[in-house]
Amino acid sequence: MAGIIIFLCLITFPIWYNVTGGKAEYVPDLKIVTQEKQCVESKGYMRNNHMQLLNEWRNTVVREGNRVYVASDGRKYDMSLSRTCLKCHVNKADFCDKCHNYVEVAPTCFNCHVVPEEKKS
Amino acid sequence: MGLWFSLFAVVILTFVVFMGVEMGKLHFLFGLVVPYAAFATFIVGVISRVVGWARSPVPFRITTTCGQQKSLPWIKADNIESPHNTLGVIARMALEVLLFRSLFRNTKVELKNDPRLVYGGAKWLWLAGLAFHWSFLVILIRHLRFFTEPVPRLLGLFAGIDGVFEIGVPVLYISGLIMLVSVTYLFLRRVFIPQVRYISLAADYFPLFLIIGVGLSGLLMRHFFKVDIFKVKELAMGLVSFHPLIPEGIGIPFYIHLFLVSVLLAYFPFSKLMHLGGVFLSPTRNLANNNRMKRHVNPWNYPVKVHTYEEYEDEFRDKMKAAGIPVEKE
Repeated sequence: MAGIIIFLCLITFPIWYNVTGGKAEYVPDLKIVTQEKQCVESKGYMRNNHMQLLNEWRNTVVREGNRVYVASDGRKYDMSLSRTCLKCHVNKADFCDKCHNYVEVAPTCFNCHVVPEEKKS
Repeated sequence: MGLWFSLFAVVILTFVVFMGVEMGKLHFLFGLVVPYAAFATFIVGVISRVVGWARSPVPFRITTTCGQQKSLPWIKADNIESPHNTLGVIARMALEVLLFRSLFRNTKVELKNDPRLVYGGAKWLWLAGLAFHWSFLVILIRHLRFFTEPVPRLLGLFAGIDGVFEIGVPVLYISGLIMLVSVTYLFLRRVFIPQVRYISLAADYFPLFLIIGVGLSGLLMRHFFKVDIFKVKELAMGLVSFHPLIPEGIGIPFYIHLFLVSVLLAYFPFSKLMHLGGVFLSPTRNLANNNRMKRHVNPWNYPVKVHTYEEYEDEFRDKMKAAGIPVEKE
């Protein structure tokens, strides 16, 4: 009997955790503050694969010294987190962090890169 | 036979969900209805199986032991191998559940060419089994990040340790790798060891293939065919907070993963996977071996009508005396 209760408590952990201490309704609201119409690749691609793209950028720049990224639509970009990505996405706390915290991932970008100073709006 | 049947079944399941989502646009079915149904089946099924076992009477303690039973004070007893009190039972059960102690004793018998019968240890099954179960638990705990908001601090720490090698982005989790390697071993031993192959049935292969499918789809989804995990979490949070929703545009790999997990959950109570509950309820292991110390009266013994000697003598005293048989009471 006690076993069944323990089993039920464990198996329904997410349900009662979110009811008691959680904010189940919370969905982060990402702020994109830029005039640009388009990221280096399509929005869908970036949402799914940005971490891979950034990793490739790092490898190409650091290991091969190549700084030019040719996007799938032929446009060229400077491969740089600070100068390209952060130019548009100036709001790390409202853009990167919100989503990363939501799904609990801890990227190591800013272990080396300097966190951009944010303009208080 | 069982092998091909099971493989075919898992491939068909994958195909069904692929076609259902890609062609049929059945996101609602595979994203919400199936997971809920599977989870309900899992809970109700597991509880009814456990209750069924708990209700079966165990009138006599049939512990399997491999140690000295407690008897006279100067005979050294082994309270873990042959427990005589609850503490010993708890220690024994903990070692069994957490470390698979009985599997550690697995031996194999070989006829060496002499011919000589040789008994040897066989620890690979124990090692692979232990690695598989523990890594599966770690994976399960890691997945809680999709079901909790805010995510408990401890989970981040946990994932950090799991991905400590920082291979690739997103980082490769060691637990996922260990799980897939060990479950592959558990499958291959069924194929390559003739005796094990002989006793393996579809019910053995199917869960293995299903778990391989779950692990592989998860790994592929994380590292190769990426999906938007932001939306995945929205869906998962919708499920656990009973405000179900289907965010647009989650990739097919996610639905395949979710469906295989649902099938695994729904299949669980009807299969050998119920050893999850069974290991706790096995009466050969969860009872103290105190048959000699305590009298265990069978609870449903009906009152037996007895005819004692005194009554017998009262009944036949005269005849006994007449026949010259000695009586106790004159």
